Amino acid sequence: MDCNTGAFPNLFVTGLILGMLYALIALGYTMVYGVLKLINFAHDAIFMIGAASIFYLFGVWFGLNEPTGGVVLVSLIAVGFLVSGLASGGSAVLLERLAYRPLRRRGAARLSFLIAAVGASFFITYLFQQDFLLGTSEHNFPGFMATESALTIIGAQVNNRRVLAVLTAVALFLILDFFVNKTRSGRSIRAVAQDIDAARLMGVNVDRVVALTFFVGGFFGGIAGFLYGMVFSKVAWNLGFFPGIKAFTAAVLGGIGNVRGALLGGVTLGLVENLSTLCIGAEWKNPIAFSVLVLVLIFRPTGILGEGLSAR
Amino acid sequence: MAATPLLELKGVKVRYGVIEAVKGIDMKVNEGEVVTLIGGNGAGKTTTLRAISMIHAPAEGQVLFQGEDITGVPSHEVVGRGIVQVPEGRHIFPSMSVYENLEMGAFIRDKGDRKGLGEEVERVYELFPVLKERRKQAGGTLSGGEQQMLAIGRALMAKPKLLMLDEPSMGLAPQVVETVFDVIAQVNSEGIPVLLIEQNAQMALGAAKRGYVIETGEIVLEDRAEKLLGNDEVRKAYLGEE
Ligand SMILES: Nc1ncnc2c1ncn2[C@@H]1O[C@H](COP(=O)(O)OP(=O)(O)O)[C@@H](O)[C@H]1O
Ligand SMILES: [Mg+2]
Repeated sequence: MDCNTGAFPNLFVTGLILGMLYALIALGYTMVYGVLKLINFAHDAIFMIGAASIFYLFGVWFGLNEPTGGVVLVSLIAVGFLVSGLASGGSAVLLERLAYRPLRRRGAARLSFLIAAVGASFFITYLFQQDFLLGTSEHNFPGFMATESALTIIGAQVNNRRVLAVLTAVALFLILDFFVNKTRSGRSIRAVAQDIDAARLMGVNVDRVVALTFFVGGFFGGIAGFLYGMVFSKVAWNLGFFPGIKAFTAAVLGGIGNVRGALLGGVTLGLVENLSTLCIGAEWKNPIAFSVLVLVLIFRPTGILGEGLSAR
Repeated sequence: MAATPLLELKGVKVRYGVIEAVKGIDMKVNEGEVVTLIGGNGAGKTTTLRAISMIHAPAEGQVLFQGEDITGVPSHEVVGRGIVQVPEGRHIFPSMSVYENLEMGAFIRDKGDRKGLGEEVERVYELFPVLKERRKQAGGTLSGGEQQMLAIGRALMAKPKLLMLDEPSMGLAPQVVETVFDVIAQVNSEGIPVLLIEQNAQMALGAAKRGYVIETGEIVLEDRAEKLLGNDEVRKAYLGEE
């Protein structure tokens, strides 16, 4: 086995950046699991909607395909965060309303929720594959932000889009941490996650908390979609497929239901799958990523940090 | 003309699927009273409380609070109206600190008035000083007795108009049971009516003004507490006398 140690800096930085994006997507899985004990498999499609919304707004409607700079660029990015977040957050709330809440009302079995989730994922994904939406071909991400080398870390060139992705992910995690631990709404989410009946007895409107959780998870997933589309310069109907399954893996790896676990799981997975290609072919990336999951689960069934939205 | 009872159950039936766990009961709690509902394991006590809180709404019958029909309103609105329950098994939020548990108790009133909240918390700490020592500790790490105190303190944070307790003495050391009953008496002396569910009939009837006895989903006796304490059947069935 010969290792290409020279590639380490690049792979390390790429792993870190990708890992942060996985972590951001993983939040959606982990928060919903925390309150409902449901794996929302449709979250990959929710993520894709975030990228698609920017493709439509900036690319199709405003034709913002030329690099911009200064205040214009900053404003476009801010609007992009808001639009992708709202598009995905809104879709997630709608999904919960139409697919999951009726099941909850009937006290359906866990398996029914799982089937509904997988069905919803396929439904949304293939809806976007239709010609009146994204169609079967891949599109370029609107090019309003030029790709240029921004900085060098341990000898690896990092472009400005990637820097934006990482800074945003870090900021969003800090905001979420504050929201969940320090605000009244955040407390109500933790209360429902820890003991749904006790939360009801405290006067918490559980339906509202569930909707809020889907919204927050969807909002962050949407922004992740925007950043992912920008980093890889593409938008497509199946954009969510791999990031979705990786983020789900990351969530389980870190300890599903656990916000900090999502971060740890995402970064771990990103690093492992990228660094593994130092010594073996890149085609082994996915098998290795999932082997890590299996190994962790054998030795720590509840993930690295353990289950629970509660955990601080 | 008698004053409207604070809480009134009229022909309340509660079902789990086809099983009728509560078979049409009538009960009242008046302003200022401590009322107890006693009965053996599986008699339907918890089911009755969950029906009043609308966690598991009655299939038939009515629950009136302050004269208004609250049957079938969402459970968070029941709390909003002032009916607060200390559930069986305490249901402390395990990963929240003692202080956060208390904050959750005030959830319906917590609209940013941190100062008002602080005063209430201090009052709970006065009732249960051990909670102050433990205020930063996770709820799940407390002993059973401390958790029961926290559950009661948490309920008081909501400023209840009716406090309902489901077997607060269950599994506690005699000393802790005494503390809990002292606090119930003190809370009531401040004007808060209490609906107390117990298997410990001796303690419950000692603390209450009136009592109901429930057996397999039906009220079989109702009377002033001291009368029930003197009742032969009650003494046999619930006080362990031959
Ligand atoms: N969730 C449930 N599903 C089905 N049956 C239940 C449920 N909860 C309680 N029961 C049944 O209802 C009856 C009354 O239970 P419960 O109200 O808990 O009694 P108690 O609190 O007096 O011990 C029991 O026969 C019990 O088995
Ligand atoms: Mg019970």
